[in-house]
Amino acid sequence: MFRILHSEFLAPGIKRLVIEAPRIARKQQPGQFVILRLHEHGERIPLTIENSTPQEGTISIVVQSAGKTTSLLNSLNAGDTILDVVGPLGKPSHIANFGTAVVIGGGVGTAMAYPTAAALKRAGNRVISTIGGRTKEFVILEREMREVSDVLMITTDDGSYAEKGLVTDRLRQLIQNGVRIDLVLAVGPIVMMKAVAEMTRAERIPTVVSLNPIMIDGTGMCGGCRVMIDGKSQFACVDGPEFDAHQVNFDVLVQRNAMYREAEQRSLAEYRCQLEARTNRANSTQEGACVSGGGVR
Amino acid sequence: MKTPPSPSSNPLLPRERIKLPRQHMPEQSAIERARNFHEVNLGYSAELARQEALRCLECRNPVCVDHCPVGVKVRDFVRLIVAGDFLGAAAKIREDNVLPAITGRVCPQEDHCEGACLLCKKGESLGIGYLERFVADYEQQAGIRSLPSAPASGKKVAIVGSGPSGLAAAGDLAQRGHKVHVFEALHELGGVLVYGIPEFRLPKQIIREQLDYMRAMGVVFETDVVVGRTVTIDELMQEEGYDAVFIGTGAGSPQFMNIPGEHWNGVYSANEFLTRINLMHAYEFPAYDEPMLDLHGRDVAVIGGGNTALDAIRSALRLGARKAYVIYRRSQAEMPARAEEVKHARQEGIEFLMLTSPVEFLADDKGWLRAARCICMQLGEPDASGRRRPVSVEGSEFNLPLSVAIMAIGTTANPVIQSTTPGLETNNRGYIQADQVTQRTSRKGVFAGGDIVTGSATVILAMGAGRRAAKSIHEYLMTGEWQPEATESKTAPVVVPAGL
Repeated sequence: MFRILHSEFLAPGIKRLVIEAPRIARKQQPGQFVILRLHEHGERIPLTIENSTPQEGTISIVVQSAGKTTSLLNSLNAGDTILDVVGPLGKPSHIANFGTAVVIGGGVGTAMAYPTAAALKRAGNRVISTIGGRTKEFVILEREMREVSDVLMITTDDGSYAEKGLVTDRLRQLIQNGVRIDLVLAVGPIVMMKAVAEMTRAERIPTVVSLNPIMIDGTGMCGGCRVMIDGKSQFACVDGPEFDAHQVNFDVLVQRNAMYREAEQRSLAEYRCQLEARTNRANSTQEGACVSGGGVR
Repeated sequence: MKTPPSPSSNPLLPRERIKLPRQHMPEQSAIERARNFHEVNLGYSAELARQEALRCLECRNPVCVDHCPVGVKVRDFVRLIVAGDFLGAAAKIREDNVLPAITGRVCPQEDHCEGACLLCKKGESLGIGYLERFVADYEQQAGIRSLPSAPASGKKVAIVGSGPSGLAAAGDLAQRGHKVHVFEALHELGGVLVYGIPEFRLPKQIIREQLDYMRAMGVVFETDVVVGRTVTIDELMQEEGYDAVFIGTGAGSPQFMNIPGEHWNGVYSANEFLTRINLMHAYEFPAYDEPMLDLHGRDVAVIGGGNTALDAIRSALRLGARKAYVIYRRSQAEMPARAEEVKHARQEGIEFLMLTSPVEFLADDKGWLRAARCICMQLGEPDASGRRRPVSVEGSEFNLPLSVAIMAIGTTANPVIQSTTPGLETNNRGYIQADQVTQRTSRKGVFAGGDIVTGSATVILAMGAGRRAAKSIHEYLMTGEWQPEATESKTAPVVVPAGL
């Protein structure tokens, strides 16, 4: 059992949880993740560690609700517990003084990019960060990213805050302006990471992305998280999660991540229905029936 | 036949014993069991067990014992069954084997004790595995346990991995009075016994009861710890005060064939397929959250010929597969799977495509597997494993329609511990170097055994290594002596991974 000491929403549906996990806190390095399981019937899901405080024995994760498990995680608060948290898993980010590093965080990916950005800064790099969200309220970790960046650029899709546009637009500008870039780190939606990879490939700028395939054990035992790197199969849990963006086959990642989409949607629908039924019961005596159509693919 | 050294209550003469037929193991009918996950074998009754035990020739020098990787005193426990002392028989087995209910089910006895049994020469061997299972189950039902009470040694041992080798080592060390702490990476204890071997061959309840027994012995278990990541071997020894460490982390990473199309949706490793089912209960979705593909009405194939391959395809059948194939590149004679499992699988309706190998997986435009392109093979000259090498027959390609393909062609060493433990030597395949007798590694106080040393093998061989390690850990803890030369000379025997 792992206790949640603190929780806060960073944006609608995006929550930070501070979890008591002394062994993990002691060992965590930027780029690593944990796998957690919420209850006896729960699935195992990987989540990047945002930060750790070894003295206090805590780690923090940032979760965006997307499916049932992440929605459940979003409903947890200080005092609640998580049944299993295991880690830190995966290879740590390669940190060195590269020169100028551009760190790109798309949406909740900003939380995953943050620890590496901070480490790059500590290693002496000039860090240019570009983070973004759909609207103003989805721009997260602005303060934290500003602290570890020499330059922080912010975009929103709808222009409700800072510059209107995509994070990749800012990268293009930097390249067009002739800014010398020695390393790009991009973490976020697959389409964003793929766009970054295409943009930097032509310029031959070393680029690293953090991949998020489906995982079970996270220790190299099951092979479910295999990703195609330079035409060859690799396991993201032990060989990654960070890879050379120019060698990643993003289409295979999209295809494999869709493997259980129907089941995931069914899980989420039933979870929401149960939530509603509970709310309804609390308000009246009305009972809700939670049966969703369709089988599992 | 000479008179055995200790008393026998068997009223039959040896020539009468030889004439008795081997008692058949009662099992669920094939039609019934092909659609459920209940155990296939139902176990002997007391009467069947006694009948079978009467067949034992009670050899003066029992070769069956020599052929047991953990040295179970077969003749002595069988004698106790004949005498009707089933709990005594269980206690006798426990002197050498801490997990009899498990080995009684999954040990390949035909390769060990039963293969050596003199009755083989006259007909069928004694049903040693069935008898072991009977007394272990009898003891478990009776709920009587003889807990050992060796005085506390004040020494602490860390066991890495709660699979068969780790549990065997933990049991022996606890019995000798040491404080034993077992670290497990997954959320559930038991290693391959839990994530790999399906319910119909080894019910999880059996493992839980064995674990309870070990807890009662004082063994402490901690889940969710990936040694090498969460904590290193050096930290365990230097900061957490462990006097010795045993590494029993198992074989590790699944192999693929490196043929085109292995990334399509629907192509699994056997480890993932079985883990989803056994550990994560994905087949009980949505009651359990972990999903898996619905196999109802779909055609499924496993590639490989080992026990893991059969476990996977028989699970697929139970989950509603319309067609369930084993695709194996050699012939049945070379299959590493247990004969009993092959027999059971055939009875259940599994189809065997022998001398066949996939060369490519084909998918629809959304990336879902639709077929395996296969090629026929023929056997050529013997290869390094001594088995005849399969050679492809030119122009024999054909497409086999499939929705799911499961790769069960063996595993490679998981590097997590080796890469985080300075000075821990490995062989050229990445497995940890350990002495075959003492299980000592190149690091003082660190021992290793099971699949992480030998490559994919069996539960009983891993348990044997765990027991040898426990013995030499005990000696090391008591004397403090470490002879490094012991680790240099011998390397682990090469074991051909299942399914190759």
